Amino acid sequence: MGIGKSITNKINQTLKRSRNSSRSSVIIVAVVLVVLMFYLALSSEVFLSYGNLFNLFRSTSIYGVIAIGMTFVILTGGIDLSVGSVVGLTSILTTMMIKNGMPLFLSIVIAMAAAVTVGILNGIIIHFGKVPPFIATLGSMTVVRGMIKLISDAKMITGLPKEFSDFALKASLGLPNLFWIWLLVILVSWFILTRTIYGRNVYAIGSNEESARLSGISISRNIVYVYATSAFLSGLAGIMLASRLASGIPTAGSGYELDAIAATVVGGTALTGAKGGVLGTFLGSILLATIRNGGVLLGINPFILEVIIGLLIVVAVIAQRGSK
Amino acid sequence: MVKEKELLRVEDLHKSFPGVKALKGINFQVLSGEVHALVGENGAGKSTFIKCVMGVYKKDARSGGIFVENKEVDIHNPDQAMKLGLGAVYQDVMMARHLTVAENFFLGKLPHKAGIIDWRSAKKNTDKVLKELEIDVDSSSILGDLSIAKQEMVAIAKMYSNNCKVAIFDEPTALLSTEETDILFSLIRRLRDKGMGIIYISHRLEEIFELTDRITVFKDGTYVDTVRTEEVDEDRIIELMVGRSVEDMYGLNKPSRGETVLEVRNLSKKDVFEDISFDVRKGEIFGMFGLVGSGRSDIVSSIFGAEKPDSGTVLLNGSEINCKHPGDGISRGIGFLTEDRKHTGLFMELSCRDNTNALSYRKMSRFGVISRKKEAQNADAFRDKLRIKTPSMGQLTKNLSGGNQQKVVLSKWLSNDSDLLIIDEPTVGVDVGAKVEIYKLLESLLHQGKSILMISSYLPEVMGLADRILVVSEGRQMGIVEKNAYSLGNFDDEQKFIKLASGIV
Ligand SMILES: Nc1ncnc2c1ncn2[C@@H]1O[C@H](COP(=O)(O)OP(=O)(O)OP(=O)(O)O)[C@@H](O)[C@H]1O
Ligand SMILES: [Mg+2]
Repeated sequence: MGIGKSITNKINQTLKRSRNSSRSSVIIVAVVLVVLMFYLALSSEVFLSYGNLFNLFRSTSIYGVIAIGMTFVILTGGIDLSVGSVVGLTSILTTMMIKNGMPLFLSIVIAMAAAVTVGILNGIIIHFGKVPPFIATLGSMTVVRGMIKLISDAKMITGLPKEFSDFALKASLGLPNLFWIWLLVILVSWFILTRTIYGRNVYAIGSNEESARLSGISISRNIVYVYATSAFLSGLAGIMLASRLASGIPTAGSGYELDAIAATVVGGTALTGAKGGVLGTFLGSILLATIRNGGVLLGINPFILEVIIGLLIVVAVIAQRGSK
Repeated sequence: MVKEKELLRVEDLHKSFPGVKALKGINFQVLSGEVHALVGENGAGKSTFIKCVMGVYKKDARSGGIFVENKEVDIHNPDQAMKLGLGAVYQDVMMARHLTVAENFFLGKLPHKAGIIDWRSAKKNTDKVLKELEIDVDSSSILGDLSIAKQEMVAIAKMYSNNCKVAIFDEPTALLSTEETDILFSLIRRLRDKGMGIIYISHRLEEIFELTDRITVFKDGTYVDTVRTEEVDEDRIIELMVGRSVEDMYGLNKPSRGETVLEVRNLSKKDVFEDISFDVRKGEIFGMFGLVGSGRSDIVSSIFGAEKPDSGTVLLNGSEINCKHPGDGISRGIGFLTEDRKHTGLFMELSCRDNTNALSYRKMSRFGVISRKKEAQNADAFRDKLRIKTPSMGQLTKNLSGGNQQKVVLSKWLSNDSDLLIIDEPTVGVDVGAKVEIYKLLESLLHQGKSILMISSYLPEVMGLADRILVVSEGRQMGIVEKNAYSLGNFDDEQKFIKLASGIV
């Protein structure tokens, strides 16, 4: 009992520190998630099976990583629609280079560099070109997708070395490798957002850009950092996806931007910026994946499931508005 | 004279926020034809009270009733309040900043012909009211582009045009110049003479004594007393508010003036200000006085790097500087507290702690990682020094009372250790007791060898604190007046400043 209490305290403290007002949203999502899991555990024998959970966590990890990057962007009050295309970009680039005999590590580094370049350009266009983030990244989303098709001739790339595809299939310490990557990303991002100057700047800019500018915070630099962070994580997700599918697919990642935004918003990060954090996004991602997974297990019509998920997003936003 | 009849009565009003009991049984009454002052320290519950009456906040269920002309009413939103004849101009002006003045005026009730908005008549009617109230604003300008003072004037005009019975003013003069204040007062008196009841909230006691008939004092969310203005004096009111007496608030013990720190030579910006030259010396408070819109804020913004001047030179400690952005100014040891805390100062959605430390993270971190301990220490130190009223410094800044928000934004700049601190309207909305604390902190900065450039529209404050005062009128430098050329509280001297600031030499 004593232990239980001290754990609750500890969690409470951590949440308190995590980010002032995002706390209540995080708790709400956590409670909903636990209730849902209980329900699924009772109504489906498969849900709690190792195999199902393994798959659930592995597939969530890919868009979960993107959602973490999206959280940075949304916290500044922006949006990044280009993430899905960046996923496709690194998945094609990495696999093409590996296929052509380039060392694995070097292929990944080059692909990631390309991804980060997209992010930096997004940031530059948004800040210096004064183009709204929605439009700027809608543009780069289309441009990058076109470039992928040019590079790959719109063809799939298969026949990759086993060591590359094995990574996503395998597990360490009983958890999928991809999930470990996601956890690491969450941990580092959580640290950055809560404990570093860069993190504080992200919140400050999201809260009031003019106050931030007058406090000597470089808006241009931080906006570029944020979109680069998002592109970096999407790039990482692209490589994770290529490994999982054991192939490079030109259309890989299409539509992922919506999943990432949904997970972020359901997790309590406000589209207006400055409110929320990665802990919420983590729970939001798992919640959405669990609903999808549960729907399949219980044999719910997938179309109805889409309706439910759509409603959930709207309800989440309304609930977070809070009452006076 | 209209027989005084009761317009509004509030009985036993309670209001709690999560973790805060803001109002604990408030009683209040306004009669027709009276100006009723509402005073109390920062966080006493004045604004919350107003917002409950106006239906912006929902009062607690245990509260007594609200009566308009002796009929109990149930007010759930500002619209209902307005229909019942209650109007308010809030502390943090709540209007649409991206719309034009005319649109704001008719928000939700734009005149239309068969569904098509009749802009001509909207504009014409707005202009008519603005003209009647002698407000120099073009009804087609975007509200957010106007100075705070003008935005406020628009809000007042809007309320006036709604024909309300009870008009509530929450610190309307906080950002008005002396002249504009006079215009406002004559307007309020006219409203009063028409039989309206006025609720007037202010931290400036001399205004209260000039304008009001009765005074109600709140303290910590409770009702203290209601007195007739003519039967009390300032000391008595301060005692009721603060629970102690405050003497000689401007009596700073300053060090002797040292060498020149800042030199500004022929600074100009087309259509904004022209040929401004002055210098600020170590250990002094250099005052700048001018009407709202006279270019004072633009001048200092240009020194700091928030705006770009067209020509002229700025020298800091003898060497020329050219700050291109605020970061430049800050890294050279210049601090700039802006006048508009809500839009250019605070991060409302972040905690008081984050706001207080926003400029100091470099000092509190290693390799970009912030020390939580140092953060908390600094925030708590300022909470104690300035008596910021909040359950914790982790509270979101938007949940603080106006005066306490001002203390938070001050803390941000005071923790930055600037050599030259530029403060634009530093004590807006701050109560008497806290002002004294702030002035003491400024005094200790001077003793540490810092310099202060202070802008204030509030004459007693500049006259009381500054060693020299530069007067600007419509972007032109009217002169620099030395302290020994005037004395605080002298009516003729005040008039001289006002004339200078209006461009009358
Ligand atoms: N939305 C809110 N959430 C939590 N606490 C609040 C909220 N609004 C006000 N408070 C608290 O209620 C108390 C009264 O605040 P209020 O704004 O009414 O003070 P005030 O008398 O108007 O002060 P000031 O002179 O500084 O404007 C304060 O302690 C404040 O922190
Ligand atoms: Mg107030």
